[in-house]
Amino acid sequence: MKAGSNLEKVLTSGHFAITGELGPPRGANADVVRKKAEFLRDKVDSINITDNQTSVVRMSSIAVSRIVIEMGLEPNAQMTCRDRNRIAIQSDLLGASALGIKNVLCLSGDHNKFGDHPQCKNVFDLDSMQLIMTLKHMRDEGKVLGGQELDGVPKFFIGAAANPFGDPFDFRVTRLAKKVEAGVDFVQTQCIYNMDKFRTFMKQAVDQGLTEKFHMLAGITPLKSLGMARYMAKFVPGLEVPDYYLKRLQGVEKKKQADEGIKIAVEQIQEMKETPGVAGVHLMAIEWEHRSPEIIEAAGLLPRPKLD
Amino acid sequence: MVIAERKPIEEILAMVADFKKVLLVGCKGCVTVCCAGGTKEVGILGSALRIARKKAGNPLALVEHTLERQCDPEYIEQLAPMLENGEFDAVLSMACSVGPQFIAKRYLKQVFPALNTTFIGGSLEHGVWAEFCQSCGNCIIHNFGGLCPISRCSKSLMNGPCGGSSGGKCEVSNEIDCVWQLIYDRMTALGQVDRMRKIFPIKDWSTSRDGGPRKITREDLKL
Ligand code: SF4
Ligand code: SF4
Repeated sequence: MKAGSNLEKVLTSGHFAITGELGPPRGANADVVRKKAEFLRDKVDSINITDNQTSVVRMSSIAVSRIVIEMGLEPNAQMTCRDRNRIAIQSDLLGASALGIKNVLCLSGDHNKFGDHPQCKNVFDLDSMQLIMTLKHMRDEGKVLGGQELDGVPKFFIGAAANPFGDPFDFRVTRLAKKVEAGVDFVQTQCIYNMDKFRTFMKQAVDQGLTEKFHMLAGITPLKSLGMARYMAKFVPGLEVPDYYLKRLQGVEKKKQADEGIKIAVEQIQEMKETPGVAGVHLMAIEWEHRSPEIIEAAGLLPRPKLD
Repeated sequence: MVIAERKPIEEILAMVADFKKVLLVGCKGCVTVCCAGGTKEVGILGSALRIARKKAGNPLALVEHTLERQCDPEYIEQLAPMLENGEFDAVLSMACSVGPQFIAKRYLKQVFPALNTTFIGGSLEHGVWAEFCQSCGNCIIHNFGGLCPISRCSKSLMNGPCGGSSGGKCEVSNEIDCVWQLIYDRMTALGQVDRMRKIFPIKDWSTSRDGGPRKITREDLKL
């Protein structure tokens, strides 16, 4: 065991994993966090806590992770390179470990231009690849990047993201291979709708032997409505929503679109279970945490394994 | 070269509002080439300021003068006859932001920048300029097919495109080419795409502005 997190145990013991996601509130109200997290109790193996996602100021991912730990649940703290230099990153990682956080997801971060403070300075001292290397260096060498020994080594199960649909498509598996080489233990993908393209991507990853070296969790985001599907198809860079899903949502009356979206998500999860190289799914139902349980239930992923 | 663009006329008018006698100084260096602060632009701005001030009933005595360069004390010295006798109460510089600082260092006068110094770049076509370097102080572009990801990737990524690269464009704007797409295309064309598999290590930024304001001393050139 590298960190001994529940997620690590589930994955290494060969169970099909499911992770959830929780977007921290814009405000200091911890009850919002508790309420959202409660929906995911006993439903997921670990909960991603986003780090100022879309560059909008929210409660800190590490603080929220700790609240989640106090509830007896397991967080996966996301960390971006956008807002911190290597001093702040390493310092936050030490603090995160001291607070009991065992999973960390390394991201470049959405550009600040999209958020509520587009006037800010961005950092990008490290990129996501180098962030992975930093975690691994701290964990495996017991040192900070500067070379000084740590008194108390942070043990992390190291995660990263991958977008199989970003361009150039042919480079995406190479980029994944680099993340594996950098030291990633698990990868969660961007939300997937184009299953054919995803299978092509996974086949390349499997053929190159990559999936033996890390655990791949496929990203699933239920489509809440036709409007949301259209928006994602059109405006989210690097995201593809195939026409057949749009048509399916179009085919049902507005009130029933959410249910249809959930059906699609459940089918996708089932397909993922059959996809070689996929070790689990990452369910991103942001601001829809309360509907996650039914999706997970319907996908046949309950009860979750309890491992010591 | 240094690319700059002129500040909006309203901003310049507001800066010099309290001054009656202004020396407007252009520069024949980079800002002439990028059509921001050469003799021609000095003439245009000078006329615009005079007309606006006249209209506002607050006429401005403005003299135009363009130096060979403003990033060299030798040329700044040429302003001495004009600036050492109380003829002007302010200077408006149309050089990159080095110019107004050099003028201010040499003369005890109020100095205003008429331009916004924007980036180190080049011209893509007539009337269009783009950024190509962020002067990180340790050039590494040979690792990336000769393209600079530090200045040209919105996140200065060194290990490939982020998930937002789409159709050759950057997630930040359709107006920005994703440099990682360009790097990939070029490495492919050069038959070196395999080199992109290599992890680029954590960069030492101490040669950049992060190490404090920089200075180069060439002993071989010092007098
Ligand atoms: S690598 Fe540094 S010096 Fe070279 S072009 Fe980019 S920013 Fe400029
Ligand atoms: S889309 Fe391309 S240029 Fe823009 S931030 Fe991502 S990698 Fe950099």
